[in-house]
Amino acid sequence: MGPKIVVKNVYFTYGDGTEALHNVSMEIASYQIFVLFGPARAGKTTLLRLFNRLSDLIENATVQGQILFNGRDIFERGTDVIDLRRRIGMVFAIPTPLPGSIRDNITYGLRMAGIRNRDELESRVERSLTQAALWNEVKDRLDKPASALSGGQKQRLCIARSLALEPEVLILDNPTSGLDPLSTAMVEESLHELKQRYTIIMVPHSVQQAARVATTAAFMLDGEIIEVGSADQIFGQPQVKQTEDYVTGRFG
Amino acid sequence: MRLAMRPAMKRQQTQKIAVGLITGAAVLVVIPIVLVILYIVVQGIGALSWEFLTAPPRNGMTEGGIMPAILGTLILTLGTAIVCLPLAIGAAIYLAEYASDNRLTRWVRLAIVNLAGIPSIVYGLFGLGAFVLFLQFGTSILAGSLTLGIMTLPVVISTAEEAILSVPQEFRLVSQSLGATRWQTIRHQVLPHAMPGIITGVILGLSRAAGETAPILFTVAAFYVPHLPQSISDQTMALPYHLYVIATQVPGMPLSVQYGTALVLLLLVLSLTVVATVIRTRMRRRRDW
Amino acid sequence: MANLNDFAKARTAQIALRVRPMGVWLRRGRLETLIELLIRLSGVSTIVIVGLIFLFLLREGLPAFLDIPLRQLFGSRWYPIEGFYGIWPLLVGSLVVTAGAIVIAVPLGLTTAVYLGEIAPVWQREILKPLIEVLAGIPSIVLGFLGWVALAPIIQSLGAPTGLTALTGSLILAYMALPTIISISEDALYAVPKEYRDGALAIGATQWQTIWRVVLPAARSGLAMAVMLGIGRAIGETMAVMMVTGNAAFIPDLGLDLPLHPVRTMTATIAAEMGEVAQGSLHYNVLFGIGIVLFVVTFAINLVAGRLVGSVVRRRGGQL
Ligand SMILES: Nc1ncnc2c1ncn2[C@@H]1O[C@H](COP(=O)(O)OP(=O)(O)OP(=O)(O)O)[C@@H](O)[C@H]1O
Ligand SMILES: [Mg+2]
Repeated sequence: MGPKIVVKNVYFTYGDGTEALHNVSMEIASYQIFVLFGPARAGKTTLLRLFNRLSDLIENATVQGQILFNGRDIFERGTDVIDLRRRIGMVFAIPTPLPGSIRDNITYGLRMAGIRNRDELESRVERSLTQAALWNEVKDRLDKPASALSGGQKQRLCIARSLALEPEVLILDNPTSGLDPLSTAMVEESLHELKQRYTIIMVPHSVQQAARVATTAAFMLDGEIIEVGSADQIFGQPQVKQTEDYVTGRFG
Repeated sequence: MRLAMRPAMKRQQTQKIAVGLITGAAVLVVIPIVLVILYIVVQGIGALSWEFLTAPPRNGMTEGGIMPAILGTLILTLGTAIVCLPLAIGAAIYLAEYASDNRLTRWVRLAIVNLAGIPSIVYGLFGLGAFVLFLQFGTSILAGSLTLGIMTLPVVISTAEEAILSVPQEFRLVSQSLGATRWQTIRHQVLPHAMPGIITGVILGLSRAAGETAPILFTVAAFYVPHLPQSISDQTMALPYHLYVIATQVPGMPLSVQYGTALVLLLLVLSLTVVATVIRTRMRRRRDW
Repeated sequence: MANLNDFAKARTAQIALRVRPMGVWLRRGRLETLIELLIRLSGVSTIVIVGLIFLFLLREGLPAFLDIPLRQLFGSRWYPIEGFYGIWPLLVGSLVVTAGAIVIAVPLGLTTAVYLGEIAPVWQREILKPLIEVLAGIPSIVLGFLGWVALAPIIQSLGAPTGLTALTGSLILAYMALPTIISISEDALYAVPKEYRDGALAIGATQWQTIWRVVLPAARSGLAMAVMLGIGRAIGETMAVMMVTGNAAFIPDLGLDLPLHPVRTMTATIAAEMGEVAQGSLHYNVLFGIGIVLFVVTFAINLVAGRLVGSVVRRRGGQL
């Protein structure tokens, strides 16, 4: 089986002329946690949003290069972007429940996909909340507003919301940025479970977190991929000086 | 800076005088508003009665009530809404969600600004030329509603666009990342949250339309019709025009009836404004983000 | 082989799960295309409507410009009954009333905006702003009516031969233009960065000096726009003006008592005479011709005002 995602010579420029990605190439294999890390403004978020073409929402931006998902170029003309987004779920840095109840949030993507069957919706709610390790905490208040949850619960809700669509890839952009250590640990915990079934791409909160969760890691700097390798290599024996400086905290 | 070197005493004096004058001007603006409203209420309240609101005029309009005019204005307001809403909300969605920054968009914005600036009497002329004569609707509720509806477009478009733009961008991102299409995102996330703002804009726009006289002069307003309109191709009386008629065209009209009519019109229009404000605050309080 | 079969089955199951929503999606896709088309059409329709308005004005009004020699059309006699269609007195009438309104409304409006934006405590602002919205909401016919029954007698008692004068019109118009002027200039003041004020106050300027030398100059393009739109609002007003300016279609002598003469505006002429003309007559064409003049004037005003603010800044981005 080939890699899940292949990035080939990708360049990305925002409408204001900022070149956020410069000749990025890499491969992401299935069923693992692929960690994309680097200092602020390295271009991590920009790259993640290309995978599900959420970048389409940015006005006047230009993309060059190829991104293959299951071997097909997602920028190809006939690509069904909606289907792509159902297959590649995304969780944002700030937990953002949609207004409405917990149940509404989980079923949103399914309802938009045209699934009306109550039983099906119910079973997906339970399954995805369980997978995100939130079921026990919220099973008695599924119809309460999602905004009443704690920060950590909200973020796990967002993970469950993506999982409800049974995606192939789950993208997490710094999912624990605003969370306390306990909630962070719970999210990390659930990620380890999830990598059995999904391909996870994640931007970590810190180098420590990167080292804790990564199967494979890629170090990014100023829009370029500096080094990609197994977690052991990147955090044990980095080959490139810049990577070494960054993981040992000597950066800057 | 030179200004800091002036003697402190003199500067303080200028400051006091200036603030005094500015405050005075504000008072000069506000007092007449309060006076106008109080005056109409005091002078008109005596004429208000159940009969005044529910009976047709009698005896050369000097007695009886103004029910056909009230009803006519309500019908015209409804007609305005039907004409204006789909187009205005569509245009607002276009501007806020679809338009990219190109020449077409600039033209649309220019058009809206200019629609907002066209005098109401010119809308009246347009309605006469286009609807009454060219499309041969005659002086009718249909022609009047179309005219008023088009006149109301710019207000509603602007407020609705404002409301749509104020919906946090996060919801659009999240919704689309979950595989919702652009329209689904608008339909299920953007519009529900923009609704208070949109409704406020709509009601404000309609309250303007309800009080307008010039656009209905040649398109629908009737001096006096003894019966209620039977279809949208009938003429109808309307409150603003009725006030104009009884104030300037009918000799020997009792002042109390004139003030009473003015008061009813004022109450109708201002209550719409109040309703808009209440809806806005109510729905604001209910939203949870 | 068995393995492959299992695999195929699993794939089919998976595909089946996806195909069902996809079926709905396809049907929905067509509906969406339609909706998006309608949305784009309503956006573009605004341009079409402006075009149509101008077209219909031209259709009915152009003969006036073609059939009447321009010298006569812009001549100084407006006696439609005898065939004199000089719109000069009407232009002057509109100008006098509007100028008077602006002379009153601009100082009042700008200072009130300064008061609301820079001086008034919060609780006053919360009373004043709705009050000004209420003023904006009062139908023009109601203000005209009050001008007619209440203000005109007062003006007359001041010594004018009649209460229905340019001044009466200007006063009423001023209050109708005030909400526009106040709200737009208040926005302009609000847009001045707080640092400017802090900077001036820090070097010892009084509040008034800060307002006069720092805030007002910084907000000047917005304030200019407020004045322009105020003028636009005043020049197009019809009913109130028609009721209180006396509607005399001759050019008053230029003198100090100019405001105390009755005048007739372009808008009032249309409103008053359209009901009595035969459709297609020259008089009818001329009234539409006046409409063209009004359309062009307000169009120009709004174009200039629009230039003053530049393009609309869209608040987007979010923090995700
Ligand atoms: N909408 C935008 N318009 C213009 N430039 C942008 C936009 N978003 C990001 N950028 C720029 O692109 C570059 C990469 O930004 P990006 O958000 O991808 O970095 P990041 O690695 O995710 O950083 P962080 O760790 O702070 O989240 C930065 O220089 C940033 O300023
Ligand atoms: Mg980022």
